[in-house]
Amino acid sequence: MKALVAVKRVIDYNVKIRVKADKTGVETANVKMSMNPFDEIAVEEALRLREAGTVSEIIAVSLGVAQCQETIRTALAMGADRGVLVETNAELQPLAVAKLLKAVILQENPEIVIIGKQAIDDDCNQTGQMLSALLGWPQATFASKLKISDGHAEVTREVDGGLETVAIKLPAVITTDLRLNEPRYASLPNIMRAKKKPIVTTTPDALGVDVTPRLVVLKVEEPPKRQGGHKVGSVAELVDKLKTEARVI
Amino acid sequence: MAALVVAEHDNSTLKPATLNAVAAAKEIAGQEVDILVAGKDCRAVAEAASAIAGARKVLLADADAYDHGLAENLAPLLVKLAPGYAHLLAPATTSGKNLMPRVAALLDVMQISDISAVVSPDTFVRPIYAGNALQTVQSNDPIKVITVRGTAFPPGEATGGSAPIETVEPTGSAGLSEFVRAELSKSERPELTSARIIISGGRGMQSGDNFHLLEKVADKLGAAVGASRAAVDAGFVPNDYQVGQTGKIVAPELYIAVGISGAIQHLAGMKDSKVIVAINKDEEAPIFQIADYGLVGDLFKILPELAAELERRQ
Repeated sequence: MKALVAVKRVIDYNVKIRVKADKTGVETANVKMSMNPFDEIAVEEALRLREAGTVSEIIAVSLGVAQCQETIRTALAMGADRGVLVETNAELQPLAVAKLLKAVILQENPEIVIIGKQAIDDDCNQTGQMLSALLGWPQATFASKLKISDGHAEVTREVDGGLETVAIKLPAVITTDLRLNEPRYASLPNIMRAKKKPIVTTTPDALGVDVTPRLVVLKVEEPPKRQGGHKVGSVAELVDKLKTEARVI
Repeated sequence: MAALVVAEHDNSTLKPATLNAVAAAKEIAGQEVDILVAGKDCRAVAEAASAIAGARKVLLADADAYDHGLAENLAPLLVKLAPGYAHLLAPATTSGKNLMPRVAALLDVMQISDISAVVSPDTFVRPIYAGNALQTVQSNDPIKVITVRGTAFPPGEATGGSAPIETVEPTGSAGLSEFVRAELSKSERPELTSARIIISGGRGMQSGDNFHLLEKVADKLGAAVGASRAAVDAGFVPNDYQVGQTGKIVAPELYIAVGISGAIQHLAGMKDSKVIVAINKDEEAPIFQIADYGLVGDLFKILPELAAELERRQ
């Protein structure tokens, strides 16, 4: 079966972000960009399914500016077979992303779609659930274990109380949590090989999707700073301060 | 301009996160806040919900299909009820996060995730980049589908109300998914997201066995026990202990971080705590920059001392 993974280009998770002085957003100029870490886990899981013989082909899709091609190349260097770039300079919100992915999926007919549970930039945690709703497919979010057998997936999910396992019919959308796997690094030969793998470029217009944002961002601000940094010299002093100064115990 | 809040429950008890979501809904819709209890044999939950102060009515949808909160089965119910409401809200718990985007997509609206403040009925504040920036967004959609960050909205009263309970016709099973099993952690301690005091361990704990040192202190304080992602990834404790950007968001009166360096993604989950204590042997650890009280030293000496000192001064 075919697997489709969606990969988002985000500010690298090691970068300390800066809010723009005019409060319109977060500074992205000259900032290191990388693949959303949860999407790396999605790519890795698809690769493991292919290595197990369950998946025959992996298509990596990214949506956004032309540079998203680099994110697709990263997925190809990890081992994905080919890429699809939905190129646009418009701001894409999760509902629009889900509609675009649906359009690509209707062309590609994958039986399993694996994507990160959330992107570390907008922290929305929506796209997978929206996509499965639009397709009328089942969803298994926050996956920490995935087992596939004859037309079904058994997925263990990380939930607030512990773990929950669900069985879903394929085709389905799976969103990845942190402990599903540890993504591999792309080796240099694979990075070189990835340059020759095909990437097809399309656009929201060509896919017939209206991507107009539904949410208007009025402003982006820095959160209030915490005043910390006080040290105490002993356990007795700590307990004393918590009792008499902070009055929390 | 009524609002509907999806209650969080396990078919027998109403979870406290519901009260935070109701508090947010009241800021939006005032007196017109209804609560949906969808589950199986969950009448007791509906009765608990009807006692929530300020609720207008409780909608009870009782069916096999709603037993385990499967989003594929619940989303059509929300879609059916949506025309009576301007706002649909749920706590930003794993169940709310799982369900609400599915509802939003079926209604062709954007969800507003994890709101931390209500500016007006169509404008909300939400954290982005692990809480390192706050975004104010205005929704142009006819129905606002919202998940609520519990720590940002003090819970309303759980008692004092007597809202009528109305039964709603279930929508049935979508036939797409099935619950197989749950492995839920059992603990006598308070839940992380509603605890008044939390003590968390990080990689510095070195093993799962060493968490008993934290538990001894937790017992003295009536505290919940949490962990950093590093401690969960290392297999010291199960995933439901994780506090952070993608784990649980907490804001207790007192948060004690032990052997936790203070990675951005951990701070995102606890930096709104009222008082933060950090115990770490590395005095350069970033956690100290946000801690109200920092204690530099060996946690394996400090934790037993702390338990003894708390015992002595009880």
